[in-house]
Amino acid sequence: MNWSSAGEFFAMGGYGVYVWGSYGVAAAAMLIDAAYAAARQRRALADARREIDDEREEAVR
Amino acid sequence: MSPSVRSSRLPNPLSNPLRLTTFASPVRFHALTGALLPWLWAVCLLLGAAGLYIGFFVAPTDATQGDSYRIIFIHVPAAWMSMLLYLMMAGWAAIGWAFNARLASMLARAIAPTGAMFTFMALWTGALWGKPTWGTWWVWDARLTSELILLFLYFGYMALVAAIDDPRRADQAGALVAIVGAVNVPIIYFSVKWWNTLHQGATISMTAAPKMASTMLTAMLLMTFAFWAYAFAVVFTRTRAIVLERERHTDWVGALVTRRPGEQR
Amino acid sequence: MSRGVFGAIVARDLRLAARRRVDALLPIGFFAVAASMFPFGVGSEPNLLRQLAPGVVWVCALLASLLSVQQLYGGDFADGSLDQMLVGGTSAWTIAVAKAASHWLVTGVPLVAATPLFGLLFGLDAAAIATLALSLLLGTPILALLGGLGAALTLGLRSAGMLLILVVLPLTVPALILGAGAVVAVESSLSPRAHLSLLGALLIFSALLAPPATAAALRIATE
Repeated sequence: MNWSSAGEFFAMGGYGVYVWGSYGVAAAAMLIDAAYAAARQRRALADARREIDDEREEAVR
Repeated sequence: MSPSVRSSRLPNPLSNPLRLTTFASPVRFHALTGALLPWLWAVCLLLGAAGLYIGFFVAPTDATQGDSYRIIFIHVPAAWMSMLLYLMMAGWAAIGWAFNARLASMLARAIAPTGAMFTFMALWTGALWGKPTWGTWWVWDARLTSELILLFLYFGYMALVAAIDDPRRADQAGALVAIVGAVNVPIIYFSVKWWNTLHQGATISMTAAPKMASTMLTAMLLMTFAFWAYAFAVVFTRTRAIVLERERHTDWVGALVTRRPGEQR
Repeated sequence: MSRGVFGAIVARDLRLAARRRVDALLPIGFFAVAASMFPFGVGSEPNLLRQLAPGVVWVCALLASLLSVQQLYGGDFADGSLDQMLVGGTSAWTIAVAKAASHWLVTGVPLVAATPLFGLLFGLDAAAIATLALSLLLGTPILALLGGLGAALTLGLRSAGMLLILVVLPLTVPALILGAGAVVAVESSLSPRAHLSLLGALLIFSALLAPPATAAALRIATE
């Protein structure tokens, strides 16, 4: 084990800002990328569903 | 588009024996990736957790750089992914263009944003690593500068395909730009490397990484594979979205969306 | 037949440029104004300007080239003559090479001719000016070829100008590094031979690969 306390872990030998700044932004970037992709998938599904429903209504009339 | 213009075939994805091009059909691709996604995320999280654990709790502190070197565990994998994804993007776009394979082109388009994200990540982590190590937020060393140009190449591709409304023209133009970019990357890299040695007595280099203890290498490799699994998962998700967007009017999509909502993702 | 068509396209473009002389001179005007802006921004200290000159002149030449290449294809695309040429059997490859040649004659050559003047403005000595002119002589055809590719890719699109620059600029980095680097070498009393030979090689490479790519882009845009 490298760290004798949580405080040491977050301080990263004085480089905490740089290390956590990197990991934090990296995590955020990956989450945002994944979230956008998932949102696009959901929207595409919803659009397809809506189009089917519209067609069904057209056919019924 | 009139409601009567719908194909009447409803394919069953896995009824025929597996061929090289079996999953080149959007239908089968959608089905296959739907099944794969949970596993990909699981692999990503497991490998990521393992890599981070080794990186932070097993790998020792470096003699010269202290603990700031631990940024390497995401900086290098991100850089590798950025380059790998660009090649994948160019490759799939080329296949889509050469064989008129729509799905390959869709895959290429789906790769671009994730590739650009990793490029940005490599640049950001590079800057934050550079500051404590070299004293400045940015160094114009060969690798970082080439990463910056790679980011511009991604932007060029994304801007071009976004500007063209016709999907087929967009796919083909994008393929051409991606291929031209891929061909140019070695030339750009070597010219930047040369430029770098000319203009400074450059002793500054991002290749001056700490001598790699095996634990450091292990952590880096684990993170690389975790990023790879992540990339697969997100790119597949985005491709599935593109498939649904473009194939909205087909019968199989119709069947897909009218099943009970809980049956598929 | 190919050479006849090539000559015909170049002659036509030159005639059009001669008729719209103002449009043809705009790139040079832009180059002059843009290059002259730098001293206002960085100060008039002679040593600084001498150091900046190769990069500044090269970047301004680059921008002037890329900003003007779009109208070469745009006009023909808009009035349908590009489609007519392709349908009429002219190979897209011939069109690509001819357009690059026209662009170089109308924009590239004047840029090279203007370099001595700007060399003097920035305080370069004779050897440096000669190297700068030579590097642009080799570089402007490269810019014309790459610019042509960009123009063909962005035919008829909105914001085509900016899009073209975004797509093509990264590809011009090697030429920029080699071209400006040659002048920097001369200023440090080193030989520019390596830079210039590599630049020449880059020119040959571009001349071989850019036209087929441009031809493909033309076909993609007009199908």
